[in-house]
Amino acid sequence: MQITVTVNGSEHTLDVEPRELLVHMIREDLRLTGTHIGCDTSGCGACTVLVDGQPVKSCTMFGVQADGRSITTVEGMMTDGALSPIQAAFKEEHGLQCGYCTPGMMLVGSALIEQNDDPSDEDVRWAISGNVCRCTGYMNIVKAIQAAAAATRDAAVPASA
Amino acid sequence: MLPSSFEYHRADTLDEALALLSQHGDDAKVLAGGQSLIPMMKLRFATPGHLVDINRIAGLDGIEERDGALHIGALVRHKNLAASDVIRRGYPAIADTAPQIADPLVRNLGSIGGSLSHADPAGDLASTMLAMHASVALTSTRGERVVPIGEFLVDTFTTSAEPDELVTEIRVPTPPPRSGGTYLKLERKVGDWATVGVAVALSLSNGSIGRAGIALTGVGLKNLEATEAEQALAGAEPTDEAFADAGRKAAAIATPVSDVRGPEEYKRHMIEVYVRRGLAQARDDATAA
Repeated sequence: MQITVTVNGSEHTLDVEPRELLVHMIREDLRLTGTHIGCDTSGCGACTVLVDGQPVKSCTMFGVQADGRSITTVEGMMTDGALSPIQAAFKEEHGLQCGYCTPGMMLVGSALIEQNDDPSDEDVRWAISGNVCRCTGYMNIVKAIQAAAAATRDAAVPASA
Repeated sequence: MLPSSFEYHRADTLDEALALLSQHGDDAKVLAGGQSLIPMMKLRFATPGHLVDINRIAGLDGIEERDGALHIGALVRHKNLAASDVIRRGYPAIADTAPQIADPLVRNLGSIGGSLSHADPAGDLASTMLAMHASVALTSTRGERVVPIGEFLVDTFTTSAEPDELVTEIRVPTPPPRSGGTYLKLERKVGDWATVGVAVALSLSNGSIGRAGIALTGVGLKNLEATEAEQALAGAEPTDEAFADAGRKAAAIATPVSDVRGPEEYKRHMIEVYVRRGLAQARDDATAA
């Protein structure tokens, strides 16, 4: 079945089998392997992507369902060769150890900051409660997301203020 | 893991979806949020020949209070239940249930119609709908019928919907003034299935209990309504003793099994505790209302 999907700002027309999961379409058809497969049973959040800005598990959605939608993966986070605020914050705050959960954590974090640019510890922990870090590095993940929120707030203040 | 092959149909209108269901009947499954169906298909527990995607149908995602009931469209996502002002104001048991279902990513897609149709006895929303005496609107090319939730839920993964019927709406009677309700869920960790879940709804009338609703998650072959406990409460004084008795009656109808989430006795005990605690909270909220 032919679908048209926008991934990280570029439009792609793809021929996908209906049973092909979105995560396979992203990793195998589009060769964007930053989206990981963890549990493959809807439990871990390693495959998180944004569909029309909303974080979902791409192992629990069919590629055909993305027809006409806009998808953001970790590869789409950089702008003009510069790390996004959340990527910079994960680097600065050491918000990753092995890195396997990191794309999902950053995407969930960025979606949270869109809604709430000053999230409390609890807000962040609630938002990432569908994403598992097997290194259990949650402290720094929470710090990184809050640091990214602070950077986003600062950037929103006009330079003259 | 890939599901077995199927033919994919995207219905853009309700009529289109109903025609497809009428045509493919038993060999078709409805794809709503997909958060239960897709995992089942990946495990090959479900192998439909046809999938009817209803996500693009307009008008199935409303939340509206009218004619003495809350009308919830089948495609309303759990996150929208959790965010709804009308639900938070008048239907606290639903507002308490929604944010406890699975995790935020699942709640972004999972829908009320899908959750109820899946009829997993560990599903949280079905208990709340039982406690609130909701009903389900089923639509097919033959017309619409409205079924009480207790008749809709037949058995594990089994509902009374015919193969050509689509759940289009859930109707929850608007509680009278001075009502309360909640959903208490015991889970090993956030996002887990309920070890025990208890939904309660209670209304007060001249200081005594008008009507009570109590239903249980994860402790039977389907979500269980504790009707004997409900009947004992109707007209009674809302005392802690009456609630403790309701807890014992509710625990008596449960058939929990020992598993990784805990032994049978523990689950039964926690039903008692949660029914008692939930009713007391509902009473206090109704008194304050």
